[in-house]
Amino acid sequence: MHEMGITQGILAASFDAARDAGAERICEIRISVGDLTEVQDFALQFAFEALTPGTMAEGATLEVTHIPATSRCNDCELTYEHDRFQMLCPKCSGFNVTPITGRELRIDSIETPDSDGSCPESAAKDAPPDEKEE
Amino acid sequence: MEIDLSKPILDLNERLAAENRAELDRRGVFVVDMMASPGAGKTSTILATIAALRDRYRIAVIEGDIASKVDAEKVKAHGIPAVQINTGGACHLESDMIKRALDALPLDELDLIIVENVGNLVCPTDFYLGENAKVMILSVPEGHDKPLKYPGIFQVSEAVILNKIDTMPVFDFDEGEFTSVVRSLNPTAPIFRIAATKGEGVDAWANWLAARIDALKASIAEKQAGEGS
Repeated sequence: MHEMGITQGILAASFDAARDAGAERICEIRISVGDLTEVQDFALQFAFEALTPGTMAEGATLEVTHIPATSRCNDCELTYEHDRFQMLCPKCSGFNVTPITGRELRIDSIETPDSDGSCPESAAKDAPPDEKEE
Repeated sequence: MEIDLSKPILDLNERLAAENRAELDRRGVFVVDMMASPGAGKTSTILATIAALRDRYRIAVIEGDIASKVDAEKVKAHGIPAVQINTGGACHLESDMIKRALDALPLDELDLIIVENVGNLVCPTDFYLGENAKVMILSVPEGHDKPLKYPGIFQVSEAVILNKIDTMPVFDFDEGEFTSVVRSLNPTAPIFRIAATKGEGVDAWANWLAARIDALKASIAEKQAGEGS
């Protein structure tokens, strides 16, 4: 959908949070994306790679957690997970259901370098080599 | 060091949407966001809705299009206030555009604002504008398979309008299949069959909308009475 604009939003919020915490660099940004949104992983990663060079998030990783779609049946009170094509209650086939999760688009947290300036191992990804041919 | 943010990615859009909503709640104005493909009959459906409800409610329209004032002029020709938003290429409306449009409307003199989103079955789905309900219109010539191809828009809609039902004999539209797929995507949304330009079926849709408007007004009145006492 609007992965470029969404990624700009993610970066702006992350930069603000990092600066507020006195960090100069970001190692990892963690977000959650619900399975019922129109946001595509590959387009997010592409936008992230295109927008981060030259910023405090250069070389950072974007960790995307997918939130499965769940709904609750108001007739038989079952809470169940479902894909985006089938929301009906699997137990009683009821129509009267309330969506619970699946529409999230959330920035969870960012990881900034440790006191020695290095990224924690889980978040570290070496800055990409400069492959520009000019 | 981990820094917790826990905030919506579309934070700015959602904050502005909440501001729009608060402003509209104060004045008891209901907003419906109408979404559909180009050519599905959004403007015709809006005009038919206005014809059905204008004796009961004071109505205005916000028109979203990439360019031109064609739609706003069509609405104004019926004596209804209309604001045209030209997105200049953007494929959906966002809260800040609605905010500017609201500034141009006499909110104290309105009960209902109908927003006509940009013709698109994908992008408007994830953007909350401060509306009370999103409603999508599919027209018969587009085909019964659209809910399978564009599930998101059918899922965020509180009601689905099937327009141009008078053309059903001409097109190979499998209504049973359409209804069953919409049901599985969105079990609670009613489906209204209409032919907007002929006024057919419009009353059932208009009555649904009227019930929603009345419910909002009642809940706001109750809240205000509670605050006043």
